[in-house]
Amino acid sequence: MRFWRTTCAALGALTLAACATAPGGTDTASANSAIDKNPYPSTYKAYPGAATALVGATVFDGAGGRIDNGTVLFADGKIVGVGSADLAIPAGYTRVDATGKFVTPGIIDIHSHLGVYPSPSVEAQSDGNEATAPTTPDVWAEHSVWPQDPGFSRALANGGVTALQILPGSANLVGGRSVTLKNVPARTVQGMKFPGAPYGMKMACGENPKRVYGGRGRMPSTRMGNMAVDRQTFLDAKKWMAEGRKGRDLANETLAGVIDGEILVQNHCYRADEMAFMIDLSREMGYKISAFHHAVESYKIADLLRENGICSAIWADWYGFKMESYDGIPENAAFLQNAGACVIIHSDDENGIQRLNQEAAKAQAAGRRAGIIIPDEQVIRWLTLNPAHAMGIDEMTGSLASGKMADVVLWNGDPLSVYSRPEKVWIDGALMYDSDNRKMRPVSDFELGQPGEGDVK
Amino acid sequence: MNSRLLIGAALLALSAPALAQDFAVTNATVATGDGSEPVQGATVVVRGGKVVAAGPGVAIPAGVETIDGTGKWVTPGLFAAMTALGLSDADGVEESNDTSARNSPFGAALDVTPALNPASQHVAVARDGGITRASVFSRPASSIFGGQGAVVDLGADPDMVVRPRAFQLVALGEYGARLAGGSRTSAHAVLRNALREARQYSADSRIPGGSGPRQVSTGDDIPVDTRLVDSSAERDDVLLTRFDAAALIPVVNGQQPLYVAVERAADIRSVLGLRKEFPKLKLVLVGASEGWRAAADIAAAGVPVIADPVDDLPSSFEQLAATQSNVGRMAAAGVKVALGGLAGTTGDQPKNLAQYAGNLVALTKIPGASGLSWGQAFAAISSVPAEIAGQGGRAGVLSPGAAGDLVIWDGDPLELSSAPERVFIDGVEQPKDDHQTRLRDRYRDLDESDRPKGYDW
Repeated sequence: MRFWRTTCAALGALTLAACATAPGGTDTASANSAIDKNPYPSTYKAYPGAATALVGATVFDGAGGRIDNGTVLFADGKIVGVGSADLAIPAGYTRVDATGKFVTPGIIDIHSHLGVYPSPSVEAQSDGNEATAPTTPDVWAEHSVWPQDPGFSRALANGGVTALQILPGSANLVGGRSVTLKNVPARTVQGMKFPGAPYGMKMACGENPKRVYGGRGRMPSTRMGNMAVDRQTFLDAKKWMAEGRKGRDLANETLAGVIDGEILVQNHCYRADEMAFMIDLSREMGYKISAFHHAVESYKIADLLRENGICSAIWADWYGFKMESYDGIPENAAFLQNAGACVIIHSDDENGIQRLNQEAAKAQAAGRRAGIIIPDEQVIRWLTLNPAHAMGIDEMTGSLASGKMADVVLWNGDPLSVYSRPEKVWIDGALMYDSDNRKMRPVSDFELGQPGEGDVK
Repeated sequence: MNSRLLIGAALLALSAPALAQDFAVTNATVATGDGSEPVQGATVVVRGGKVVAAGPGVAIPAGVETIDGTGKWVTPGLFAAMTALGLSDADGVEESNDTSARNSPFGAALDVTPALNPASQHVAVARDGGITRASVFSRPASSIFGGQGAVVDLGADPDMVVRPRAFQLVALGEYGARLAGGSRTSAHAVLRNALREARQYSADSRIPGGSGPRQVSTGDDIPVDTRLVDSSAERDDVLLTRFDAAALIPVVNGQQPLYVAVERAADIRSVLGLRKEFPKLKLVLVGASEGWRAAADIAAAGVPVIADPVDDLPSSFEQLAATQSNVGRMAAAGVKVALGGLAGTTGDQPKNLAQYAGNLVALTKIPGASGLSWGQAFAAISSVPAEIAGQGGRAGVLSPGAAGDLVIWDGDPLELSSAPERVFIDGVEQPKDDHQTRLRDRYRDLDESDRPKGYDW
């Protein structure tokens, strides 16, 4: 952070150009089209790891389960078994005594701008908002991601983050495609791309688009303008689809992917009334919203969100930084959970992503004081299986279930305590961070030879 | 707040006047804020708005209300250094935002005092988080000088100001360089010139200045200096307005601390070097992400630091060596360090100071990292920032004669699950209701079967 910081996410309101996520793309080309839907394919491959048995820890499985004095087994990159102390450890497993420690699935951030607004945050690397037209469905965040962003390693070491969705910013009504990454150092973005993850499409409603374009004397300058441009954009895409999808059209290909259900809509939207309009819009145009992001007023419409199966990706306590955040309350997550709606804690911040567990704990505590008791194992789900679900990767990661990717965090204490940190983090069963081994902390190219290289950050 | 102001507050309050209570909290875990570790089974006595005694085996005077602190923690109110509390309602709502004055003809002369709004929701939110006092700054925007910040209390009464014009703020480093014309060279030239002009103006004005019985209060600037009222000095070839020059006289004379915002180690050393030319400068470093690299020099200069607590990204080229161990390493080198600069309303809210202090304790378990003991960490958000603000012994500490600022917590104040149950400022119990709690209560259920939510208040 800088002392004179402006928060991107919030984008607040301050620097617009700075800042601003869903499921869709597949790794195979559609049969009914000559379009290659995956022209920038993942080259990520799991790194080698030892067959490992974590023994004696409190295990939160990410799906709402808790095992005290549990055993977690993984090998060949996959979870092999999760059980109690009497779960047999097969021969050849490296046994890690985790007594007094905690194990969770890898933490997942559904809303990050790492790489597209990297550190250092200099103009030369400000690549998160194609703020030149109100809708830019044709841009893909992956083409902006700088894989050397030192923020990735901080998210890994301090936050236990193993997967994250990088979104284009919120200047635009339609910001473009997101990309989901494995949080592994790589020379290329393709080397980080989460294999098989669907694409998301970022949409934004509310203050940001109308401010950016209204400020330039062009549409949209109002919320009704926002809606009009959104509707026409989808109508144009539907027309292109109806006319046989002739010719390559990057923008319409993305929008068609949304309507076809291959690309998941990640919708930046703060206010309850605007979320209701976005739900109506999705019905009018025939697509599904995966999650509302920055949804500070979700608690006012928890019933509507539950009925529509839409997750709310939220902060614990960000409040009052712009008009549309003025009704934020710290009980938001608890009220949603209590109503049976899907809760995700997101960061939208290169610092916040290092402490998603802490944000969840604060939200849990606010709920408890309002009389809503949410067990720790349910709270962990806000950071694991729920974001995985809203990103379309929950069949592969997000919980410690046999056969899933061995994305695992060993915490040196209760992850919902301020006094705890990740001790070891495995991604696909490969040890990628170890607090006890300074050489097991990634150092990006940018940091080499610079003050602070290899320091404990 | 003095007693006269208290009476004023009581007269103006719409509700029943709040008066200082005489009370004792018994059998609590007490942290006094002085750097010591918390003590169990202790008592705190507050009478006449002041702390009378705190510790184990403290006798309770007759006729004093007793609060059972069993299972509770009691601490002094937190002191939040370098905030924007009271200067904006929503940062993104420009009309409500007085945190900086981009197009002002003045810089150093700016004074936050008349802009402060004690009824801001952010004040209430911070108070609910256990913060009872703070320093408030105005961000440099029209020049490298931000102007004169104040020390405030967060009491729910009409007067926030404890000490107006408590410090002057100047930005150097990258931000100051941009404001000064594009380079650090210019920023230093502008600063040196300003201090020389102020010194010269002080000497040439031929008007007696300084505090004393002859002081004149103009109500619009430093009332302690009569040179503001009139001047017989001829001023040729000067850059500063008379108003700005007069404002800097107490800085160059060492009466008013000069807070200097810098991050890079080299910039820190340049700041310390200012004393060769201006030996009376009372310096405080703000930011200092790379402070650990100059820790010995800072300690030798006896300059205190207000640091971002968990800054660990190379957010700029002047912060390449940023690390969460910065505070711990500076403290170990003998630097007086307060946590601060959480000015905003997102993840950087003042109320998260306790969380960040807890993070510094967590670092003590990470090999190679430098953290703080619990007592040190708590002092860094209580007594130390109070001392830097000139409130040593009066705020941030439970010692006899200190202000009766006291927080009763439901658990370890640095822990994420904990929150204040009762907050006292100057012995006056503070209200718990604000915009957020009212929204919480309204939306605890979504039942509108009888009437819309608009009638639910």
